Amino acid sequence: MSTQSSFLPRFFNGTALTALVILWLVPTLGLFVSSIRDKDQLAASGWWTSFNESKQVTFARTDLPETQQQIDGQFVLSGQLTADDGTVFTNVLAFGSSSRDPEEVPAGETATLKNGAQLTVNSDGSYTYVQDKEITGSRGKRIFFAYGQPPRFTLENYDNVLDKGKIGQAFLNTLAVTIPATVIPVLIAAFAAYAFSWMQFAGREWLFAVVIGLLVVPLQTSLVPLLRLYSDLGQMFGFESKGYPGVWMAHTGFGLPLAIYLMRNYMKSLPGDLIESARVDGASHFQVFTRIILPLSLPALASFTIFQFLWVWNDLLVALVFLGQGEDQIVLTAQLRALLGTRGSNWEVLTSGAFISIILPLLVFFALQRFFVRGLVAGSVKG
Amino acid sequence: MASVNLSNLNKIYGEKSKTPVHILHDVNLDITDGEFVVFVGPSGCGKSTLLRCIAGLEEISSGDLNIAGERVNDHTPKERGIGMVFQSYALYPHMSVYHNMAFGLELSGMPKDEIRSRVTEVAKTLQLDHLLDRKPKALSGGQRQRVAIGRAIVREPKVFLFDEPLSNLDAALRVQMRIEIARLHGTLKNTMIYVTHDQIEAMTLADKIVVLSAGRIEQVGAPLELYHRPANRFVAGFIGSPKMNFLEVSVDAVEKNQITISLDGHSLTLERQTDAFACDKAALGIRPEHLTVDGSGDLFIESTVSHVEHLGDQCMIYMDLEGLESPVVVVADGDVTAKSGQTLKLGIPVERCHLFDQNDQRVLPVE
Repeated sequence: MSTQSSFLPRFFNGTALTALVILWLVPTLGLFVSSIRDKDQLAASGWWTSFNESKQVTFARTDLPETQQQIDGQFVLSGQLTADDGTVFTNVLAFGSSSRDPEEVPAGETATLKNGAQLTVNSDGSYTYVQDKEITGSRGKRIFFAYGQPPRFTLENYDNVLDKGKIGQAFLNTLAVTIPATVIPVLIAAFAAYAFSWMQFAGREWLFAVVIGLLVVPLQTSLVPLLRLYSDLGQMFGFESKGYPGVWMAHTGFGLPLAIYLMRNYMKSLPGDLIESARVDGASHFQVFTRIILPLSLPALASFTIFQFLWVWNDLLVALVFLGQGEDQIVLTAQLRALLGTRGSNWEVLTSGAFISIILPLLVFFALQRFFVRGLVAGSVKG
Repeated sequence: MASVNLSNLNKIYGEKSKTPVHILHDVNLDITDGEFVVFVGPSGCGKSTLLRCIAGLEEISSGDLNIAGERVNDHTPKERGIGMVFQSYALYPHMSVYHNMAFGLELSGMPKDEIRSRVTEVAKTLQLDHLLDRKPKALSGGQRQRVAIGRAIVREPKVFLFDEPLSNLDAALRVQMRIEIARLHGTLKNTMIYVTHDQIEAMTLADKIVVLSAGRIEQVGAPLELYHRPANRFVAGFIGSPKMNFLEVSVDAVEKNQITISLDGHSLTLERQTDAFACDKAALGIRPEHLTVDGSGDLFIESTVSHVEHLGDQCMIYMDLEGLESPVVVVADGDVTAKSGQTLKLGIPVERCHLFDQNDQRVLPVE
């Protein structure tokens, strides 16, 4: 009876969980695989085909017409398809006469060109160009063909974005923004949440209502006043109005209402007997906070830390507004955008850059996820 | 080791608001050094609030609280020198048993060695020494309760406060812990204040019981004093299990220290102080265990048995009586063979009667 009634929910839970894991894992894996593929292959086919050889289309020239031979009254040019850089094509799939249709004829067969010449390209890359008249021209004839390229994995893309794209410096800049902009609000909010939940003071309810009210203020409305404030302060004390302290303060301010709200609710749900018991044991408010409430609030702290970290890490707007765009201050998101802007649609920049930018959020999530485990309070009260 | 004195203590919630709630009304109480006092009363009577006022967890609205002769109204719980055991145990879930007990000592800055020796000593007396490294969630209910008690003991407070400490335990464990607490009081000889709604705990543990109702002290006295000489109808009904039976009687005649009452056609003259007695109706209180079914007694009621419960050593007989809301309960010997539907004649011995006037006060017997 009990096994029957618990089987279905467990089955659905398991299925839902598996589906979620797949939903999350597949795109991430795809991004990763894409980021280490050869950039031409990346542009030509999806990442799921990356272990098959990919079809590339190109052209090569025959040997120079002066090397033609006369056989049985016909003029023949034959040789091996070779790229300008000396690469020998050995895996030709199909060829054609013009750039319009490079896959017109399968390899090994013979095609008749517009000028009446017979062209044969074998899959090993050898070709024969046969013509009744003498072959003229100063350059080799162009042959358009498709060839199979073996899968190629490379760290070149990473090398590119890190070196030429300056993603490495941007990564460090983002860290310099994110870590203080996460730690500061978490710290302040933890203290505030304790006061809001367990300390009696005049105007507590009103102040908390203000915090709740701030939750719904759109961030954008405060950009202009904040900028003015910073530049006024900057002028008064002689520092740059755009800089790290400014962006830290901005993120702290934007993050605090939610942080206080979440943590107050969590702390309020801790059993009041615990706090009273600690007070009977002689603990001051500060000791109650650091020795009892803080350790027990780790799940709330961890979840907010993850939220805030991800939000700041992925933020573009605040960083653009409050930080300079120089090499020493530009953040990952802004730098990625800039790279795309200068290099058009180079996907390999996006994939490798994006993967670099999700490494740290992933690490943070996996490091903190164990604190999500519920039941930390189990066993403290009641039996 | 300290006495606790409360004088005119009041507790009002929301004093400055439009709807203040008056919880405790002019509570006066003297607890001598080493006494085991139990606050008992129905839920909502203010017994826990009174305890929390003594502990320093609730502010006292007016009146004085003295511990060891010193007024401590404005002192923190720690400065008052109290130790408290909570109903929910309130163990710190993230600390081991050892650290739960050591927490208060660590806060007071005691040297590590001394903490260790004190905690291990207390753990030994409470049979917790093999559990010191466990977290509270790995303990049974009784063990958690003992840790909570140990945490209070280890700080050697002047006064122990217990807030319904056994109400989360099962019946068997409750009896065992009750005996342990009594034994603990025997060894420690500290002043202990214990709150419960269970009158059996009150009767078995207390040197002195304080019965509270609606924020007022109804009576203070030793358990048997309360049982035999309840001051009013509330105490009479609250102390003793099953509850005392109350029968409406009419007063026929009042002479000097003689009150003649009649019930069911029988009349009886009781020797009671009549100086302040002027009623024509009264309530006759008689405990279930004092009613007789063998025909002896001075006053009789006859009615139909509605229900019988056999408990082995005794049997409980419930009888409906005209004009009474709750049935009359009789505790008789286990071998009595009463059946429901049968008519039974109950005898009331005169020396076991309690008489309550119209103000529910007990009419005192003549000295």
